[in-house]
Amino acid sequence: MTLLHWATISPLLLAILIPFLYKYLRSVHTGWFVLALPLVLFFYFIRFLPETSDGGVIEQTVNWVPSLDINFTVFIDGLSLLFALLITGIGSLVVLYSIYYLSKTKEQLHNFYVYLLMFMGAMLGVVLSDNLIVLYAFWELTSLASSLLISYWYHRKKSTYGAQKSMLITVFGGFAMLGGFSLLYVMTGTFSIREIIGNVDTTSSLFIPAMLLVLLGAFTKSAQFPFHIWLPDAMEAPTPVSAYLHSATMVKAGIYLVARLTPVFGGVPEWFWLLSGFGIVTLFWGSLSAVRQKDLKSILAFSTVSQLGLIMCLLGLGSASLYFGAGTDTTMYTTATLAAVFHLINHATFKGSLFMTAGIIDHETGTRDIRKLGGLMTIMPVTFTISLIGTASMAGLPPFNGFLSKEMFFTGVLNATELEIFNMKTFGLLFPVLAWVASIFTFVYCMILFFKTFTGEFKKENYDKHVHEAPFGMLISPIVLGSLVVVFGFFPNLLSYTLIEPAMNAILPTVLGPDEQFYVNIYHWHGFNTELFMTIGVILFGTFIYLMMKKWAKLEIYLRERDPLNKVYDGSLVLLASGSHTITASFMRGSIRQYLIYIFSFMVLFIGYMLFKLNAITFTGEGSAPITFHETTLALIMCIAAITVAFARTRLTAIISLGAVGYSLALFFVLFRAPDLALTQMVIETVSTVLFLLCFYHLPVFKEKFEKVPFRLTNLVVSIGVGALVTIFAISAHYSKSFESLASFFVDASYKEAGGKNMVNVILVDFRGFDTLFEILVLGIAAVGIYSMIKLRLQKEGS
Amino acid sequence: MEIIISIVVGILFTVGTYLILSKNMTRIIIGTGVLSHGVHLLLLTMGGLKKGAAPLLGQEAPFYTDPLPQALILTAIVISFGVTSFFLVLAYRTYKVHGTDDMEKLRGIDHD
Repeated sequence: MTLLHWATISPLLLAILIPFLYKYLRSVHTGWFVLALPLVLFFYFIRFLPETSDGGVIEQTVNWVPSLDINFTVFIDGLSLLFALLITGIGSLVVLYSIYYLSKTKEQLHNFYVYLLMFMGAMLGVVLSDNLIVLYAFWELTSLASSLLISYWYHRKKSTYGAQKSMLITVFGGFAMLGGFSLLYVMTGTFSIREIIGNVDTTSSLFIPAMLLVLLGAFTKSAQFPFHIWLPDAMEAPTPVSAYLHSATMVKAGIYLVARLTPVFGGVPEWFWLLSGFGIVTLFWGSLSAVRQKDLKSILAFSTVSQLGLIMCLLGLGSASLYFGAGTDTTMYTTATLAAVFHLINHATFKGSLFMTAGIIDHETGTRDIRKLGGLMTIMPVTFTISLIGTASMAGLPPFNGFLSKEMFFTGVLNATELEIFNMKTFGLLFPVLAWVASIFTFVYCMILFFKTFTGEFKKENYDKHVHEAPFGMLISPIVLGSLVVVFGFFPNLLSYTLIEPAMNAILPTVLGPDEQFYVNIYHWHGFNTELFMTIGVILFGTFIYLMMKKWAKLEIYLRERDPLNKVYDGSLVLLASGSHTITASFMRGSIRQYLIYIFSFMVLFIGYMLFKLNAITFTGEGSAPITFHETTLALIMCIAAITVAFARTRLTAIISLGAVGYSLALFFVLFRAPDLALTQMVIETVSTVLFLLCFYHLPVFKEKFEKVPFRLTNLVVSIGVGALVTIFAISAHYSKSFESLASFFVDASYKEAGGKNMVNVILVDFRGFDTLFEILVLGIAAVGIYSMIKLRLQKEGS
Repeated sequence: MEIIISIVVGILFTVGTYLILSKNMTRIIIGTGVLSHGVHLLLLTMGGLKKGAAPLLGQEAPFYTDPLPQALILTAIVISFGVTSFFLVLAYRTYKVHGTDDMEKLRGIDHD
């Protein structure tokens, strides 16, 4: 274990200590103990910046299960470092924010910080692992921790509903992803991502299934259409959780995975189309749905969905450059990847700050409903300023960083129309149109978010609390994030050399020639081009729609807050439960007779089929014993007695006939030279009959009415089947003996080795004495059982 | 001879299965009795019904019948006796406690 490994799992280790800190140091808010860790980790990871920006990588391996090629390999390059910094940086801010957000006395803080640290450790593990299986393990841990955090207020029904939903959807995707990873292993023979890159055969028949399964994992985690429905319901979590998990980190795990595996799958039309297609649909759908929401956090949730779609789409468009390979000028396409990485950072900053301000508003006013809010501008000036920066950046207004990434996004989709591969000639135009419309809606919900909260009249009766500005501690984190929005807006190239270029190197490693390097320079002003006019159009149309909102607010689609896809989800859950109940109830009827019929029919059909199939039915007639008069007569008597049992209408007839069968069996034993058996059978049969007769008066009388005909017919068919099968089986088995019996050994050895002349008895007590021992045990247990059943009278039910 | 005995075994199995499938508890127990008779006879038949002396070395015969199946059957007889008697008492107790011997009515507690 190197320091890097310890750093990766340190949040998990600290999580173990949290309950003790919470219990024994009650006077201090537990969050203060937690805060140190992400801060230290943040600065620890910053130290790697110089190395990765020079194109270097750090790799440390600890063997875990080397025989299965599962090793805990921590691997740092530009992409994983970018994510690690996001996780630890925003993690510190969120912990700081939560210290002021969550009450020390009212909340169960130990639970909160244990889950949060668990999540942080898992997330670090996801982005730093090079081994797919280890990555998967951490991946599932993030799902688990996320569900725990969503249901933090577990007494609320909506929280548990949201937690269950996110769990079901993300774990479903996680399993699919595991399948994809296994297929990758089958194709390449290794779980290491570094080794898989370049070793994958794109023409293999497993390539597309592996891609689909991996993407299913990424799409469910990153809330892509139609799996985005869990994200809005996850808003029941405390706001720090929403800010951390559901805007900045966990939902970007899918983005990370896609970016990480782009060198594996990229460059083929399927990857390009799946990513950019689902991305753009998610972008459009998310922005459209966000406009309908009435709750601040729901707006932000759908906005997150939409922005994640944007990043996903850009990653898809950027993957086209892998098609061309090194040497050609692919700047046109790599712009999309650049925009994706840049927007990833931007989104983390402004969405984090917006969630925190939404939390502040909720905390200070007691409501998040935009129909109740309004006029907070002068009352909460700091929150107002941060929100202004955040929403303006999200809407894509200059001079904030959102503007820059939105311009690059437009460049990306416009370049996509000029792409000459992957059928883009036909469908290419779809991208800029959808992107542009989605941007208009993005602009509209940003305006709603901002104006409905801060402008207008201040109605005191709408609020339960005395409304005032948040305490300073709560404002620190949003201020930091808001400042970053501004800083990255004015000085975008701060990030270019340190973070974006190394990340692009990791996403598109084969695009560059040996000595080339990505050269990223983000300009504010790039002349009067199409992108700029598109932005102006967005602003004009957006403002127009916002001003006309009263008009179309009555439209049915606007009133519907819940995503219609929820109906599919809820319906399928109900259908699944009722369907499985119906199926189970249809054959698990509680009737022992039915189960026996299943068992017997299966036996007859299966064994019968196999007998036919394997041509096992043999009858040679060789070596049979001669047919004699005595035995045939006895067989006849036995059959008559047996059939009498079946048709007996009284208990007595049945018992006597059963006795007759038993005594005939004893006679058979006599005829077939088995004196000990005959003796035992005689005695046992007598005792059994006596037992039956003893119970005779206590046994219930047979029902006067016999069972109905169809009932008896089924029984008859099944039992004749069983009988016929056994007969055929017995005959076939008898005539296909493949080796001699052991009899000669017992004949030789009985006297010589065991000193007995009665071979059967010698076998019972000497050669196979263990059988006898346990048979005695069986009798003993039966005796004890009978005794206790008669003697012990437990209390009746209910008493 | 084996064929005739095999058919007898088949009939015993048929009767046993038929009884086990009925609703009445007593008939089910009787059915298990018939079934175990069938099984014992089957075991004996499978060992071969060739004529030889009983497996007693004192007979000093050139051939003996196979002693191993006989030992197995002896064990089986005793065990099936134990189980049958247990079942019998179990049926008696069930009838006393629940007042019915109809298997269709003995379905445990309905959870729904």
